[in-house]
Amino acid sequence: MQRSNDLILKTTTTIIVFIIMGFSIYLFFAGHNAPGGGFIGGLMTSGALVLLYISYGFKTMERVIRFDFKNFIPIGLLIAVLTGIGSFFFGQPFLSHTDAYFELPILGHTHLATAILFDLGVYFTVVGVTMTIILNIAADEGEEELSKQNTQ
Amino acid sequence: MLHAAVLLPFLAAFFIPFIYRGVKQVHLGWFVLAVPILLFGYFLTFIKNVLQGVHTLKTFEWIPSLGVNVTLYIDGLGLFFALLITGIGSLVVLYSIYYLNKAEKLGHFYVYLLLFMGAMLGVVLSDNLFVLYTFWELTSISSFLLIGYWYQREKSTAGALKSMVITVFGGLAMLGGFLLMSDLTGTTSIRGIIENADLIVESPLFSFILILVLLGAFTKSAQFPFHTWLPDAMEAPTPVSAFLHSATMVKAGIYLVARLSLVFAGTDLFFLIVSGFGLLTLCWGSYMAVRKTDLKAILAYSTISQLGMIMAMLGFGTKAAILAAVFHILNHATFKGSLFMVAGIVDHETGTRDIRRLGGLFTFMPITATLAFFGAFSMAGFPLPIFNGFLSKEMFFEASLFKHSSPIVESVAPFFPYLAVGGSIFTFIYSVMLFFRTFTGKQRDTLEKQPHEAPIGMLISPMILVALVVIIAIVPDVFGKSLLAPMVDSITGKAVDPHIKFWHGINNTALYMSLAVLVFGTILYLTRTKWEKVYDILPGKMSAAKVFDAFMNGLETGSKKVTNRYMTGSLRHYLVYILTFSVVLLAVSMSVTGGFNLSTDDLAPIAVPEVMIAVVMAVAAFGTIFMNNRIAAILVLGIVGYGLSLLFVFFRAPDLALTQLIVETVTVALFLLCFYHLPDLNKEKTPSRTKVVNWVISISVGVIVTLIGIASHSTKMFEPISEYFIKNSYKLGGGDNIVNVILVDFRGLDTLLEILVLGLAAIGIFTMIKLRPNKKGGNE
Repeated sequence: MQRSNDLILKTTTTIIVFIIMGFSIYLFFAGHNAPGGGFIGGLMTSGALVLLYISYGFKTMERVIRFDFKNFIPIGLLIAVLTGIGSFFFGQPFLSHTDAYFELPILGHTHLATAILFDLGVYFTVVGVTMTIILNIAADEGEEELSKQNTQ
Repeated sequence: MLHAAVLLPFLAAFFIPFIYRGVKQVHLGWFVLAVPILLFGYFLTFIKNVLQGVHTLKTFEWIPSLGVNVTLYIDGLGLFFALLITGIGSLVVLYSIYYLNKAEKLGHFYVYLLLFMGAMLGVVLSDNLFVLYTFWELTSISSFLLIGYWYQREKSTAGALKSMVITVFGGLAMLGGFLLMSDLTGTTSIRGIIENADLIVESPLFSFILILVLLGAFTKSAQFPFHTWLPDAMEAPTPVSAFLHSATMVKAGIYLVARLSLVFAGTDLFFLIVSGFGLLTLCWGSYMAVRKTDLKAILAYSTISQLGMIMAMLGFGTKAAILAAVFHILNHATFKGSLFMVAGIVDHETGTRDIRRLGGLFTFMPITATLAFFGAFSMAGFPLPIFNGFLSKEMFFEASLFKHSSPIVESVAPFFPYLAVGGSIFTFIYSVMLFFRTFTGKQRDTLEKQPHEAPIGMLISPMILVALVVIIAIVPDVFGKSLLAPMVDSITGKAVDPHIKFWHGINNTALYMSLAVLVFGTILYLTRTKWEKVYDILPGKMSAAKVFDAFMNGLETGSKKVTNRYMTGSLRHYLVYILTFSVVLLAVSMSVTGGFNLSTDDLAPIAVPEVMIAVVMAVAAFGTIFMNNRIAAILVLGIVGYGLSLLFVFFRAPDLALTQLIVETVTVALFLLCFYHLPDLNKEKTPSRTKVVNWVISISVGVIVTLIGIASHSTKMFEPISEYFIKNSYKLGGGDNIVNVILVDFRGLDTLLEILVLGLAAIGIFTMIKLRPNKKGGNE
């Protein structure tokens, strides 16, 4: 298939993807105190990634992103479960969270909660799930078209 | 020790296959023979105790918490049956050694036979209702296996199946009766139930219990409507027929009725059912037996009729009748056992059992013929005091003449002697026919084998039985005093009565009845060709077997029809069932409990933008129904989704609004991806009736859900727990976003499992797309 030269799309995508990524990371971290969280953050991230795939195509993206999004699912689930198990070490029931204020080098006086680790697991899973579904369905079409072309 | 005795056949059955594999030279039956002989000897030692009125009771705890313990109890009744089972069992095993070829699957045969023997011993010796039931079913199963022993023959398997269906049906009914009885009396012990018999007799469930228990007894003992399995069970090897279907298993029902006599007897219902069906079975069985031409079929119908006679006497319930009944159980076991063995010998030595092809065998097999003579004439009740059948039949006639006080009994009792004589006339005819047509006259047909006398080993068992026939007839007192008196004692619960010696009265009605049977029987036998056409009228084309077949076929085709009617394979139909059912269930339960409690107290004010969005969503939802194009339908459906997320905004749920917005976009995109490849949406031409049904169902679902929604909003039974979350969100969860704190902290487990669901969905989609077996010419 001959691709038209969609320079404008590619250029705007390059800029917009960073904005979306930034927003999704903001949503993820803001979750505890403002609207947002792992779920929405994850969906937003995959939105950015899908935009990249749309404008640059599979082949280019395969060279840029070398890892398989499927692996995100077990990684995310593992993080979530381990967070839950972690509370056992302090003699607490499964999935007990705690939070505290820390003095960090750059951020200064910061409020950190273990809940964010759990949300990280949610985030990874959501990204893995959406990307796996969308990329596979899209790739399947391509294969079918390929096989059609071969038979013709 | 007693437990070991009941366990012994099962243990032996366990070791049989090893012996069968290991020892090839000796016939397997010789090893088995030791078991019943040993047991017979062991049970003989109890006679002394039982005569002195000492009953043995041994308990082995099985399930004490449910009151189910293996309690074995030996009184007169149990001991008699135990002796019968092991005694006839020994003879049958001996007979089978010569009857069955070593080429047969002897291992199977003897394992089944031993299982049956153990189960039967368990039935007659158990004092616990549920243990009795367990052994009862075990006899059904082992009998099923034995009838289907030659499983390559279609008739064998059909007969086995039939007997299984009928006896298990009865067994289950009986279990129901047992459960009710043990529930009413609070005990599972038969002795305990007999002690509390008045609790059962006076309960409103009495007739129900009685019928359930009698169903079990009648099916097992082949009483009138259920007798149809017994003739078909004749496909079993002859030793099995002799053992199970004449002497032991069919008497399990008799045993049960006798055992529970102390509970039920004395009530009119028991009398009417048991003696009524008993006499009916007696007459019908003997009437049908005359028509049969197969030796074993004649014997099968004869067994049915004799069992009916015993059952009738148990129903009479007088002491004389019970004595006659138990005496006839003993006599029947001896002469019927020997007759079956004779039939087996004839079959074995001539190759056929059809009396139309047999005849004139007396010269070839004189010993067998003599044995048959004694067996048949004893069965006929021929008035000579060398046949034990005569004595018990005489007692039966006498018992049928009894007087009773109850008005119902008084009104039917006068018919009984006539029925008894009528049944006995036919008994006489088939018994005489059995002997004369087989052994006298000319040889009618060329047989496959040249008939000759059976080997001596095969003759020993029937010889012993026939010897017993004569001995019992000559010295009935010996058996009467040692075996029957304690048995009558345990059936009636009264002291031994001196009636036993009462034999030789020339001047009594019973003797005239016997003579009438003799005269009419002889006349009818000699003129039988003249009246044989009667059978075209009375059973005609009707028979219990046909009714049974029609019932089974009807059951099968009927259930197939019903299943085909509603399991159409159409998803639309299933949805119709599910939705109709839920609507009806919800509507009925809501209106019955007064759940439709609609109040308008707790409503928030309605703002204009909300109304506008609601209108747009409703229009869009309606639009999707009428869209002719798939893509358009999806896009219009998207409007509903975005409208919803706008509503979330208005109702101050930013997290939900965000999620809904993105999820809606993703779903619409996925729909578009998939539906792009589907064929064009054609306007379905649905019949208007279907359309109306669809409309009615969807509107009623909508209405019911709306009503429930409003009703549940109007009735708040408890304070919502959201106050707690609002107060503690920051204090405990360390966050201001309450929704998020609930998701990851308060209710983190839900979220954990939800992301697991998402992961599984993704993996599912991945496998569906990537791993298709039909992709490259694979399966499907």
